[in-house]
Amino acid sequence: MAQVILFLQQLLNGLSLGSIYALIALGYTMVYGVLRFINFAHGDVYMLGAYTGFAITNLIYMFIPLDQFNAISRHSFVPIFVCTAIVMLGAMIFCAILGVTIERIAYRPLRDRPRLTVLITAIGVSLFLQNITQFFVGAQPQAFKQLIPVRAIEGLGDLTVLSSQAAIIISTIVLMVFLRLIVMKTKLGLAMRALSVNPTACSLMGVNNGLVISFTFALGSALAAAAGILVAMDSPSINPLMGNLPGIKAFVAAVLGGIGNITGAVVGGLIIGVLETLVVGYSNELANWFPFLHYLFPNGLSQLRDAIAFAVLIIILLFKPTGIFGRVEREKV
Amino acid sequence: MSRARAILGGVLLFLYLFALTGERPFESHLAYYYDILINIGINVILAVSLNLVNGYTGQFSLGHAGFMAVGAYAAGSWTNHLSPGLINFLAGSNGMLTFVLKPFPFLQQFAIPTVVADNLDLVIATLFGGFLAALAGLAVGIPSLRLRGDYLAIVTLGFGEIIRTLILNIDFLGAARGMSVTGTYTNMFWTFGIAAVAVYIVLGLVNSTYGRGFLTVRDDEVAAEAMGINTTKYKVIAFVVGAFFAGTAGSLFAHYTGYLTPEGFNFFKSVDVVVMVILGGMGSTTGVILAAILLTILPELLRALAHTDFVPAFQKALEGVIPIHLPPLQGLLENRLILYSLLLIIMMLTRPQGLFGDIAGSRKRVASSASK
Repeated sequence: MAQVILFLQQLLNGLSLGSIYALIALGYTMVYGVLRFINFAHGDVYMLGAYTGFAITNLIYMFIPLDQFNAISRHSFVPIFVCTAIVMLGAMIFCAILGVTIERIAYRPLRDRPRLTVLITAIGVSLFLQNITQFFVGAQPQAFKQLIPVRAIEGLGDLTVLSSQAAIIISTIVLMVFLRLIVMKTKLGLAMRALSVNPTACSLMGVNNGLVISFTFALGSALAAAAGILVAMDSPSINPLMGNLPGIKAFVAAVLGGIGNITGAVVGGLIIGVLETLVVGYSNELANWFPFLHYLFPNGLSQLRDAIAFAVLIIILLFKPTGIFGRVEREKV
Repeated sequence: MSRARAILGGVLLFLYLFALTGERPFESHLAYYYDILINIGINVILAVSLNLVNGYTGQFSLGHAGFMAVGAYAAGSWTNHLSPGLINFLAGSNGMLTFVLKPFPFLQQFAIPTVVADNLDLVIATLFGGFLAALAGLAVGIPSLRLRGDYLAIVTLGFGEIIRTLILNIDFLGAARGMSVTGTYTNMFWTFGIAAVAVYIVLGLVNSTYGRGFLTVRDDEVAAEAMGINTTKYKVIAFVVGAFFAGTAGSLFAHYTGYLTPEGFNFFKSVDVVVMVILGGMGSTTGVILAAILLTILPELLRALAHTDFVPAFQKALEGVIPIHLPPLQGLLENRLILYSLLLIIMMLTRPQGLFGDIAGSRKRVASSASK
């Protein structure tokens, strides 16, 4: 029984980590869908989302000391909820504007150039955002002030679910539903889907391609900002380089799900998150099964967690480059 | 073009001859310039070898620092463990050579001088490092070079990070503590010697039949395949040669600083080399060499500028005009990545062929020489 509980616990931790990857992966996959390129700077938009949230939270703390509220009474639940929503929305709006600006300045002039040119520019934008943030706020990590009280939710038996983890999973579900509605039910969503099939035909039908691309960037960046704040709620230490690894892992998630496919990005993100947590959680068992691991890594395997996503990426690209839900795209000469 | 190359060759030759006499200086300001010169040599090797992959073959690799790390750690381990073991095996009290030479005591006076032994050790370590890096290049290249463009970029980035994470976790290599290398043998002679060899081999490859293969892969992979060219073979060759020289650069670095940390070979180190290649012009060896020199000196100049009185004065004036309290502006000048990232963006927006590169020209030259 304890084994089952432990497994469920790991699964749950994995799902909350995976939700973050999924939120970031959506930005990669949507931009890839309309523009066919990897927006390398997406991880840094996520980082800036966390920093914007940090700034807004500090602003709120000037008036309302949120950490003195007790979330159990209805009396304090409302202000906590409202403040969290304000922080989230503020960061999402800021990052949406940022995403659109990046696209306008750095990517739009390169629309008809080789993809590699755009990729190099994106790497440049990513490095620039990291280092300019580092210049303004310093390289040392900052403590994100508490938005919701982080504690275990009661009444779940041996299972420990932190309120921050619950917040991550619930917010992710809400955001996904919204995204689904936007992509499937609105005209802009229809235009996005059309653009990913055939941009030329799309503009011939009277769609303003530039507007749709801007909208895609705004949507993706807003989701990344939400992910940044949700992460900061759970592990309240933010630094200017925090976007690097989650960015790349989310990219792997997008590729795993089939890049360009929205459902795929979510599934891929959850898989990567769960896999990472399970490998770390069961590293001792793993090392017992494969004794050579003991010799190579006497300090334990948990340090290897960052390499897992890359290994997954390499395996997918070798055996199924289109990902789980991806379609095969023929190269036209 | 050929004149530029001749002038460059002359400069390298001069440095080379100068280096023959030069030992590592102890005086601090001389040591500083010596340091910059050695770094120029190492960066030239890195940039020229990456240019073979990114420039001539058109495959965008973001993992050059990974191969450099393999070379550095392999060469460091050679000097730390393997070479003393080998010497003990040959010339220790029960060693093979000692045993063979025992009946001939007069031969024992021809002991190898330390200087020669050190240089020999450096060369063997460098070849060893290069060889292992080439093996790593082969292991990475064969699976990943079936991918194209941005996918390849991410996969090479991933491999670079995997190599770094592995080193970080292998206790034998010092893990996060870093590894000290016992012999700091690197000197100008070998640094610029190996740089010259790297330039020679890369140019030789590019101007051979292989070079035609590299260029066709870059210019139009589908057409190349349709003409029956084994594109994967050419990509792997370029990748392995590039990795080999990255490994030698790593060895020189290891034997220069005498201390290695996994953090020294992170993604940003790869970016440094990529910026050199892009600034110089992908597919222009002369340009890339000049860019490597420029980008080694530029951060030093900026750092010097950051420590002048001019910067605080400028900041004061600026804060008088705009009512925002800025962090010290020295930070902007001392962080080379701000400069590099802006360089990347601006180059791609305005001059994607690089400062000195002329991709169309090189293509024309190939066409004309092929028709002869």
